[in-house]
Amino acid sequence: MSLVENGAPGADALLDEIYGARPPAPRVGITGPPGAGKSTLVAEMALLLRRQGRRLGVIAVDPTSPYTGGAILGDRVRMSELSTDPGVFIRSMATRGSLGGLAARTEELCELLSAWGSDLTLIETVGVGQSELDVAQAADTTVVVLTPESGDAIQSLKAGLMEIADIFVVNKADHAGADQLAAGIRSALGLRPPAPWRPPIVKTIATGRQGIEELNEAIEKHRAHLGDPGVSEGLRREKIRARLKNAVRERLLEGAWERKGLGALLDRAADQVLHGTISPYRAARDLIERMTDHGERSPN
Amino acid sequence: MANAARTDTAATRAEPESGRAEAAPKPHAPETAEAPVPLFETLSGIPVRPLYTPEDVKPGLEERLGKPGQFPFTRGLHPEMYRTRIWTMRQFAGFGTAEHTNQRFHYLLAQGMTGLSTAFDMPTLMGYDADHAMALGEVGREGVAISSLEDMEILFRGIPLDQVTTSMTINAPAIVLLAMYVAIAEKQGIPPKKLGGTVQADMLKEFIAQKEWICPPRPSVKICVDMIEWCAEHMPRWNSISISGYHIREAGATAVQELAFTIADGIGYVEECLKRGMDVDAFAQRLSFFWDVHNDFFEEIAKFRAGRRIWAKLMRDRFQAKNPRSWMLRTHAQTAGVSLTAQQPLNNVARVAIQALAAVLGGTQSLHTNSMDETLALPTEEAATVALRTQQIIAHETGVANVVDPFGGSYFLEALTDRMEEEAMEYLRRIDGMGGIIQAVEQGFPQKEIADSAYRFQMQVEEGRRIIVGVNRFGGEEEVSIPVLKIDPEIERRQIERVRAVRARRDAARWERAMGDLRDACMSDKNLVPFVLDAVRAYATLGEISDVFREAYGVYREPAVF
Amino acid sequence: MARKIRVLVGKAGLDGHDRGAKVVASAMRDAGFEVIYTGLHQTPEMIVQAAIQEDVDAVALSILSGAHMTLFPRVLALMREKGIGDVLLTGGGIIPKEDMTALKQAGVGELFGPGTPTTAIIDYIRSVSREKRSAQAGSAR
Repeated sequence: MSLVENGAPGADALLDEIYGARPPAPRVGITGPPGAGKSTLVAEMALLLRRQGRRLGVIAVDPTSPYTGGAILGDRVRMSELSTDPGVFIRSMATRGSLGGLAARTEELCELLSAWGSDLTLIETVGVGQSELDVAQAADTTVVVLTPESGDAIQSLKAGLMEIADIFVVNKADHAGADQLAAGIRSALGLRPPAPWRPPIVKTIATGRQGIEELNEAIEKHRAHLGDPGVSEGLRREKIRARLKNAVRERLLEGAWERKGLGALLDRAADQVLHGTISPYRAARDLIERMTDHGERSPN
Repeated sequence: MANAARTDTAATRAEPESGRAEAAPKPHAPETAEAPVPLFETLSGIPVRPLYTPEDVKPGLEERLGKPGQFPFTRGLHPEMYRTRIWTMRQFAGFGTAEHTNQRFHYLLAQGMTGLSTAFDMPTLMGYDADHAMALGEVGREGVAISSLEDMEILFRGIPLDQVTTSMTINAPAIVLLAMYVAIAEKQGIPPKKLGGTVQADMLKEFIAQKEWICPPRPSVKICVDMIEWCAEHMPRWNSISISGYHIREAGATAVQELAFTIADGIGYVEECLKRGMDVDAFAQRLSFFWDVHNDFFEEIAKFRAGRRIWAKLMRDRFQAKNPRSWMLRTHAQTAGVSLTAQQPLNNVARVAIQALAAVLGGTQSLHTNSMDETLALPTEEAATVALRTQQIIAHETGVANVVDPFGGSYFLEALTDRMEEEAMEYLRRIDGMGGIIQAVEQGFPQKEIADSAYRFQMQVEEGRRIIVGVNRFGGEEEVSIPVLKIDPEIERRQIERVRAVRARRDAARWERAMGDLRDACMSDKNLVPFVLDAVRAYATLGEISDVFREAYGVYREPAVF
Repeated sequence: MARKIRVLVGKAGLDGHDRGAKVVASAMRDAGFEVIYTGLHQTPEMIVQAAIQEDVDAVALSILSGAHMTLFPRVLALMREKGIGDVLLTGGGIIPKEDMTALKQAGVGELFGPGTPTTAIIDYIRSVSREKRSAQAGSAR
């Protein structure tokens, strides 16, 4: 997995080899603001799915510190019971600079988990709220988790989260304001143009193990909806398109700066811009020219 | 870091403006290379001036101080404090099997210790019997192994329970240990109302700091309240809870945070008791506290004083307690384990002595002094004796026990006491705003504050701004060999045998009945103490009873808070 | 980009004192490591399974309860059994020097007692990782 995560030599060959070897495991993304209870929810869902005898992959993403490049990946703590279950594979990923809530190579790791034999892969995002949009692309079903405390998030529900949610969860549903939140979501949804899939709103109390079955059912329903031939092809093409763009971008940029000489060129360009010799945009164009001059940057 | 180049003499320290010790001049050395800026602040980060004058004390001091023995108890709980009775010297002890600890008890009592204090091993603390898989390698290591009533009988053999007071440092399965204590007293013919002592049983601080839990916060707190309620009715001499700041501090909190979070916990328990319909004066007198005593001498004294004042005001004004005894914050104190160093362990004797002095000047009701070798292992008899003697020397040779609150009126101390009260009250307001301490704990608020303080402290140490003698300054390569207590691995084997024998020997029908009743009671909101009592009398083991709780209430998994 | 160093930090056994583990984890993060923090009450099985799934460069255990002579060897044996015997096993806590020596002889790495600056542990893990990686690179030809 590290091979693939680091985009090391041999990674893509491996991915090519395993692609399609097994039917891809459906991916369920779990996103939402910090403190919503995503981790607990993922842990509870995992327990439920294990009781049903399914093999499970879990990818838990946490933010990389922009200053130090390091990260604390603490999501396994909530899933300790599953740590010795051979039917569960949990992998923690740091964003490593990615801004959309996922790590750059999350999708690739999902492929590996499919190859391992996962029946379902849960992807838990960083949870910054507004910028959690990558997950919609990587996952087949996106679950947005909110709590009565994220009440002001209804304002931020105008864009972003509202649009990517296939399912809404109102967690900590025993707290005051849960009903109002659900109502708020419902009315915001009502303002949208009618669509073939109307995101259900599931109330849960993750710490009390309540609502988990309902959530699972909602996910199953969504999967069935996706399987519907009329629906699926268009959607899947969209997603594949987005994934291709991602994969290309990753591989284009990867290692580019470390390539011999480019790092130094970047430094020189920065100096030039600093001293006002050229505009940053000119510098950028020059660098791109140099990059493409250096030949194929497609990996191995 | 070329610290060796720095001359740390009194002359260089006295530099007025620079505040930095001069480094030996080095050509082309970057300015920031040498001396780190010293910290003129308390361990909580409260800045301290070179000199305090009357202007530094806000008006109205007389009212804020009061007299010792009177609201708001700033100066002490009793008019004459130690002149009437020296604080209880209560040294924590416990290791190995019940026999070993019983021996240590008898030894310490003979040496003049005036109260018993029991340490339990990790499996016991976590609600596991010695033969549980999770107990592997841990039986009898950190304290005494107690799996059944039989162990308890051995632990207190030959000790007249109506003549000693016993403190039991146990939390998650505290209800079991309390029941066992009552049951063995019964066997000695002593009714519960004659028993004096304390059971720690403060689960809120477990979720904040010590992390020895079984069930999630709400059911855990419910069980604590059961104990408070039952003891209020049946054990008037017993402190049913020791609301602890010690562990919160050891986990990395500052003195202000220790003060604030502990009192917040206290507020939490009082509120839960009141919700149950108890009358505040019926239980408040038996709520006791437990402070850490750390190195910052004056800050610790101020903390004790501020704590008494805050609590008195809360009990009288917020909770409307009528009985002045309900307003009194009675406390045990322990010198800070976390301040001891493994390097140059003999230095720890000095640290403990100074910390103990602060606790006495702060007006503690009882005190445990750490042994110097505790960073390496459980204390040897010799080291434990020195720790006890330290208290005795303070009590009988220094004269500080002859005057109540001798530092009272010091401009510095009063300013610091006021400041700590303000900062603690600020935290209490925030916690109230979150809906109370249970909510705050569920949201990880105190845990995060503590993790931040711990990290900040460590970075200060590593930058050399906080000096720890023998560790980042004045270190030596000498390896001092201190005899270290080794736990015989045989102990685990013997304890496993014993608990299995107890299970085999007991009256199965009686046990069955008692466990069934307990299980049913857990599903209701009945007070669990009588049911646990029946279970321990039937020789149900600690692990079995804890498993009933696990089944009924679930097992807690904490969020990773950084 | 230089490959990130991934370290598993956890507490084995029943001991709940996590101040040190958390401070070390934070310091490692600030040194650029990815720290998989597994929390309290980990069994040797849980630790090793996590180490495998997370493909860590080092496992760092914090044990203050005195149970280190049981727990470290168990974890080491399991790591070897499951094929990650070459991954560094290190840690700290309340461990007397003689025990540290004994554990080292058994194959555990350096252990760090109270008062150790976090930089010592970090530098140690970094240098061991570096060595291992260049050895791997060398043998991969």
